[in-house]
Amino acid sequence: MFEVFSFGSSGWGDEMLMGALMTVLVSASSLLLGILIGIIFAACKLSNIFILKIVANTYTTIIRGIPELLVIYLLFFGGSSAVMYIAKIFGYDGYIELNAFTIGTIAVGAISGAYSTEVIRGAVNSVHKGQFEAGKTLGLNGYGLYGRVIFPQVARIALPGIGNVWQITLKDTALISVTGLVEIMRQSRIAAGSTHEPFIFYTAAIILYLVITRLSNILFDKAENTYSKGFVSKGAL
Amino acid sequence: MKNLKLLIIGLAISAISSMALADGHWSKIRIGTEGAYEPWNFTDASGNLVGAELDLARDLCKRMNAECEFVQQDWDGIIPALVNGKYDVIMAGMSVTEERKKTISFSKAYMTEPARFFTLNSSPLSTFTSAKNLNLDDDSSATSGTISALNNAMKGMNIGVTVATIHEDFANKYLDSNLKVYPTQDEMNLDLAAGRIDAMLCDVGTAEAFMETSGGSNVVTFGPNVFGGLLGEGVGAGIRQGDADLKAMFDKAIADAAADGTISKISMQWFGKDLAP
Amino acid sequence: MRFELMYESFFKIIEGIPLTLQVVSISTVLGLALAIIVALMRISGKKSMSIPAYYFVYLIRGTPLLLQLYFVYYGLGQFSFIRESILWPILKEPYWCGIITLTISTGAYSSEIIRGGILSVSKNFIEASGALGLNKIKTFLLITLPITVRQALPAYGNELILMVKASSLISIITLMEITGIARTIISKTYAPVEIFLVAGSIYLIINFIIVLAVGLAERKLGTVRAN
Repeated sequence: MFEVFSFGSSGWGDEMLMGALMTVLVSASSLLLGILIGIIFAACKLSNIFILKIVANTYTTIIRGIPELLVIYLLFFGGSSAVMYIAKIFGYDGYIELNAFTIGTIAVGAISGAYSTEVIRGAVNSVHKGQFEAGKTLGLNGYGLYGRVIFPQVARIALPGIGNVWQITLKDTALISVTGLVEIMRQSRIAAGSTHEPFIFYTAAIILYLVITRLSNILFDKAENTYSKGFVSKGAL
Repeated sequence: MKNLKLLIIGLAISAISSMALADGHWSKIRIGTEGAYEPWNFTDASGNLVGAELDLARDLCKRMNAECEFVQQDWDGIIPALVNGKYDVIMAGMSVTEERKKTISFSKAYMTEPARFFTLNSSPLSTFTSAKNLNLDDDSSATSGTISALNNAMKGMNIGVTVATIHEDFANKYLDSNLKVYPTQDEMNLDLAAGRIDAMLCDVGTAEAFMETSGGSNVVTFGPNVFGGLLGEGVGAGIRQGDADLKAMFDKAIADAAADGTISKISMQWFGKDLAP
Repeated sequence: MRFELMYESFFKIIEGIPLTLQVVSISTVLGLALAIIVALMRISGKKSMSIPAYYFVYLIRGTPLLLQLYFVYYGLGQFSFIRESILWPILKEPYWCGIITLTISTGAYSSEIIRGGILSVSKNFIEASGALGLNKIKTFLLITLPITVRQALPAYGNELILMVKASSLISIITLMEITGIARTIISKTYAPVEIFLVAGSIYLIINFIIVLAVGLAERKLGTVRAN
């Protein structure tokens, strides 16, 4: 029964592991893109500029209100057209191809970004006002204030939330199998179809996801412990 | 903060470098295929795309002095992705039909194969008998007689087809069955074997490939060879309507490959029979 | 943009709303029952109960719903002993496979919400209820559960939205709900962006109504002071 997982040209073992690697890679790049989006839109939401607030709220409402599968399909089919349209404005008139990895990262990153926005916004809000005031009293502003005083605290408070976003992102990458990127989900679907052994390949996929989840939990726990050194509790701030 | 800057730069670079700028001089042709339609195009245990169309595409590209690159794409988005420019040609067991010609153009057909119904040997349908062929271009009463016999035999049953295929069109037009529409042939095969559907309609070659595996050992065929009409004019390469030059290149290469017996050879190798047009 | 096509498809796609709502509501009700059982097992204090419940939640939360769906639908259907069992009439139907998968999924996620809600009910209420002579079961049904429901409502509203979104996946196992119909139209019109925009808007409207309804329920039920 297990010869289907042998390595080399006769079994699917090495392909499944490569799929797992791809899942980790695309999840990580989507999470990073999402955090970047999250920082920008959290800043928009926290700003006093009405139009920026509207834009950020529209983004998070739409992403959280329509199925992830549709977001991915829309970006998959509409993404290249949109890029080509923008390129046309700049005078380039031809086909621009975004590969499956880039499209997948953009699509899952856009979903992940909506969740990261909320996490980061919450974290900024929970930084004590006194910290801003104290920073200003010390003559800090701009990078000095936000980069050296506020950001490290936001990062620490946001870390558990980002851990949750990672979980969501990891699972959402299963949906980008529709873009042709060969990650765990697509690889197990191909193998299940080819060998007519769906049970064993979907079981293997479940185990791979659980292993990735377990390992990333350990990493996030470690990171949380490292970053909360020197902090007693939020109440002490 | 430094890390963040690096991250932004890194993301920007990776996004730019992944934009492959295609030019119009067909020295490199990107071919979209599904990779789940044995033996036309499928994925082997090394994760490579293989099949009759992959071999044929490589041969055609050699004739056209072009470099071939294969792009995997799920069937239900295979035409929109061509129109979108994700690849330049579809070679995915796609039949040339009037309906599809409204959206894309086609090379001349490189292989032809009829469709047929398949069921489990335990099903009452397995003993269904009819004329050997059902040519939908033939307007005689024999044609309508065969269709109504098929329809009566399968009335109210669960019949599987794959999405956006000539087989789905056939079932929609001629059958009063309960249609189950699948994203891939592989998954329809699994459900036929599991007994979730009473029969499936598909290309003969792909079903025969399934019947040779242990999962498909209980599968038998019934009814006539179905061809003509809305089932189209054989399997051809799908090409964007604007790329008439590329279509001309494919037409010539396919004609040459048919004339010197290459298509027959590839067909014999993968189907065990000659499907050359 | 082909606006006429979008307008025409809108009326075809909304025919899928009943199936979407049916699957979501049946799975939600069954899932809630499952969630309460799992939550009670987790806080039971008995290892034989809490450990299986913990791993069940871990398994479901750690794997993608799409994979769970494939596993239930294609994975289980592979075995002849399942096809010959009394479960087959249910597992044979994509409709029930969809409901089973969604029920298990929401059961796991909601059990965490309910567990949080139960734990937030103050000991004082429980003690007061004991002083009034109510037994354990009556205390749970009359005191703990209503407060839990109120406490868990905002998070549960969120879960309902996730369920509506998740139901789009059952189109993959041949069910013709909103997304399934949208995909069928796309396969004929080759206009994925237009059609998915229409389908997306319909989901957005459904979810907007859920947000309003949950907000209304929150106000109706008033607030409970947790301590």
